[in-house]
Amino acid sequence: MGRRGPLGRSGRGVAVLLAGALAVVGAACTSQRTATPGVGGKADGRTRIGLVTKTDSNPFFVALREAAKARAAADGAELVALAGKFDGDNDGQVAALENLVQQGVDAILVTPNNSSGILGAIRHARDRGILVVALDTETSPRDAVDATFATDNVEAGRSQGRYVRAALAERDPRLLMLDGTPGGTVDEQRHRGFLDGFGLGENDPRVLGRQPTNGDQSRAQQAMENLLQRANGVNAVYTLNEPAARGAHSALQARGVAGQVVVGSVDGGCQGVRDVREGRYAVTVMQFPRRMAEEGVRAAVEFTRTGTRPSGFVDTGSAVVTDRPVPGVDSRDTAWALANCWG
Amino acid sequence: MSDPDGRDAPAPDPVLSARGLVKRFGRVTAIDGADFDLLPGEVLAVVGDNGAGKSSLIKALSGALTPDAGEVRVAGRPVRFHGPLDARRHGIETVYQDLALAPAQDVASNLFLGRERRRPGLLGRVFRLLDTRGMRAEAERVLDELGIGVRSTSQPVETLSGGQRQGVAVARAAAFGTRVVIMDEPTAALGVAESARVLDLIDRLRARGLPVVLISHNMPHVFDIADRVHVHRLGRRVAVVSPAERTMNEVVGLITGALRVGADGALEEVRDAVRTGVTRTGGGTAE
Amino acid sequence: MTTTALRRTGVGEFVLRTPAVGPTIALVVAVALFSLTTDTFLDVDNLSLVVQQSLVVGTLALGQTLVILTGGIDLANAAACVLGTLLMARLVADGVAAPLALLAGIAVVVAVGATTGGVVTALGLPPFIVTLGVLAIVTAASRIYAGGQSFPVTDGLLGLLGTRQYLFGQIELTIGMGVALGMYLLLWYSLTRTAWGRHVYAVGNDSEAARLSGIHVRRTLLSVYVVAGLVYGVAAWQALGRVPNADPNAFQTGNLDSVTAVVLGGTSLFGGRGSVLGTLVGALIVAVLRSGLTQAGIDNLYQDVATGVLVIAAVAVDRFARRRQR
Ligand SMILES: Nc1ncnc2c1ncn2[C@@H]1O[C@H](COP(=O)(O)OP(=O)(O)OP(=O)(O)O)[C@@H](O)[C@H]1O
Ligand SMILES: [Mg+2]
Repeated sequence: MGRRGPLGRSGRGVAVLLAGALAVVGAACTSQRTATPGVGGKADGRTRIGLVTKTDSNPFFVALREAAKARAAADGAELVALAGKFDGDNDGQVAALENLVQQGVDAILVTPNNSSGILGAIRHARDRGILVVALDTETSPRDAVDATFATDNVEAGRSQGRYVRAALAERDPRLLMLDGTPGGTVDEQRHRGFLDGFGLGENDPRVLGRQPTNGDQSRAQQAMENLLQRANGVNAVYTLNEPAARGAHSALQARGVAGQVVVGSVDGGCQGVRDVREGRYAVTVMQFPRRMAEEGVRAAVEFTRTGTRPSGFVDTGSAVVTDRPVPGVDSRDTAWALANCWG
Repeated sequence: MSDPDGRDAPAPDPVLSARGLVKRFGRVTAIDGADFDLLPGEVLAVVGDNGAGKSSLIKALSGALTPDAGEVRVAGRPVRFHGPLDARRHGIETVYQDLALAPAQDVASNLFLGRERRRPGLLGRVFRLLDTRGMRAEAERVLDELGIGVRSTSQPVETLSGGQRQGVAVARAAAFGTRVVIMDEPTAALGVAESARVLDLIDRLRARGLPVVLISHNMPHVFDIADRVHVHRLGRRVAVVSPAERTMNEVVGLITGALRVGADGALEEVRDAVRTGVTRTGGGTAE
Repeated sequence: MTTTALRRTGVGEFVLRTPAVGPTIALVVAVALFSLTTDTFLDVDNLSLVVQQSLVVGTLALGQTLVILTGGIDLANAAACVLGTLLMARLVADGVAAPLALLAGIAVVVAVGATTGGVVTALGLPPFIVTLGVLAIVTAASRIYAGGQSFPVTDGLLGLLGTRQYLFGQIELTIGMGVALGMYLLLWYSLTRTAWGRHVYAVGNDSEAARLSGIHVRRTLLSVYVVAGLVYGVAAWQALGRVPNADPNAFQTGNLDSVTAVVLGGTSLFGGRGSVLGTLVGALIVAVLRSGLTQAGIDNLYQDVATGVLVIAAVAVDRFARRRQR
């Protein structure tokens, strides 16, 4: 035999292992597929839906995915869930969209990573007659998709701002802002909404500082520590999401000023609601990812049955959650919220 | 400077020589003021205990390490080697103790490593295309000539036996050496027949007028082939002897320090020296 | 004897000596499996799509292969590429002529590569550590430069590599495919048919042996990082052709994705053995897996499991083959 045998062997080895890996994954996935057993075919008239979330790991998207699956199963639809690898993985989302189009899905539900980065792939899908609905995050322009089912993030930010301002009562506001990822659409909308509801301009001197946190708890804590180092008398904090609010709380507590500062947040994850109940921060504005997913699946099924395409922006709503209601702001208590939270 | 072995005959100018070489690795002094002389056309054996500094010495001579102090001369002219390539340009080829082969590459590539040949004409000049076939043919020729048996020159070196690898390294030095060939323990991994072939090869190099430096622990080999024996101990040359005039036991005594060259050039016993199993030399004299 | 037979028959020897044979078999098996199990995978459009999906990572992996062949690893390749996309897109947005912006973007990525190579060779530090540092620096530089924005690309030249052409009015091809293929062939030639290539392999095999054999180890290493930088620069151009938007948050896992392609392609992480053609196949395997498993209706997380299993398998096979050779 040739002395290059080992390479030939390695080839065979890889092939065998590949086949093995596929078999294992295939087996694992038959039970994972939302469809009833049997090879899916276009002939059976069932709706095929593709879901592309930003990531697989964020509990918000996990809740959204699980709700979509449950709803699809109930409606007898088939659903494939794909995702980017990290926030900002446009390339991964584009590939996911392309593969779904190729698979011949009827509808795609997508939470776009970058509002304009994946427009080409979306256009391509719609050109083939596929219904594309954005969930959670809008595309820019909005009409790049058939419809958007999402939280009105400006409104969610505005609710947070109104509450925090009211909770300050007579005190003169001294505000710090913990933002998300620079350039993110949601980030910008909540930020803008907050300032609007709070009643301050972007460049108001009473905004003592702002820092991006990528929505990450430890980064938020660090950012807050640094901001507190140079800002005195802080009494209000905006946070983009609940991990950021937790980070802010840790930093404030370490400084011994947690009691004097009103921290607000957005999301409505179960951990966030518990944080509010335990007083780590004053308020959170709950979103409804399950509603987004369910509405999305419902629209997709409707589309295959009757050909009706949903259109425009559909606000899936938000709710202010606090155990210390303030006058002029509608709110729900944490008991209600714990029964309705996600993740 | 008087020759340690007390020769009086006017020796020809050395091809390669060194004076007062020093090399320290942290606290270890690998070369401690060593001298070295290689005469034209001779086979010089360098012997010494493990760690005596033989490999370090020849690395300094082949440009593989830069000495901290001392001087190297090629044909009487002082040189400074900044790398093995400099020594190579002076026609000095070396078989290193750990062979310095690229294991994943084939025999021919290894033979021509660092001096690959390109195709003639445009292909070579513009497209830098290697003359793979030419190099293989040449490699086959060289190996055949030296009687080094590898089955194919397109065989990766890592698939060769230890002895075959050593053969490739020896062949590389023998094929390209034009002034000096240095071999650091070239027969260490070889069987009896293969060792004999390397000794044959050294003979043939000598016949071509090429001087050879041979480092070896094998006394019978040394006494079989060497014209002179350089004894290295504790980082420096302690003696240069002629195998025709000395016994193996005496050389072993010099290596271990049981014997030394006295002021008069005679060998004398050293008290309290380590046991070597050497039979007493009866206070033999130098001549 | 077999040996002489091998020496004589050029084709047989080529097949046996080409390290990409193993991965190619794996690729063929995967394609065959998906073609049989789904009715949408084997389709000219889809195969073209799979190639397009593997272009950016495939190009990053080409540069990565060079570095890994020398026994190093480049953790900063995707970050440098992202910086390149930002420069190209933002300069054009700021009114710089597109060809200039393109060259500037590529030049900066080359400069990152040259700096990395300079630090690795001059200070003799492990590439893993150096590129870890470069990764942090370049990522920060991108964020600072982008100022929290992403930059949509509308310019024709910057998006050129994504431009679709139709061969025989049927087969969808992009210019980027041609560019990638060209670079692969060029580097394959340089690595296997020139002295430089042999030196790259020798340095990765055993750099001390290479030095003693008279190879300029530092010069070779530096050249590898510079060439890799050039390849990453072109990857930046590829990225804009694929997603016409320069985003500082893009390709965060591009470095490891490229290592995955290299490893699947049969190149050893220990250096000195492997081939760029294997990497090409490795990049395709990843894209085929993603596409095929999606066609088969399998969720993302299970696709990741499959890729992970394959990577470990590939490395295990490499180890196993090497042990057998001892
Ligand atoms: N690169 C190095 N770093 C540190 N110490 C070294 C180095 N090279 C050699 N030495 C030390 O220098 C001394 C001489 O080593 P050298 O290899 O020259 O001995 P040698 O005579 O060739 O021994 P052997 O017969 O075992 O090959 C030893 O103590 C060795 O540990
Ligand atoms: Mg030695």
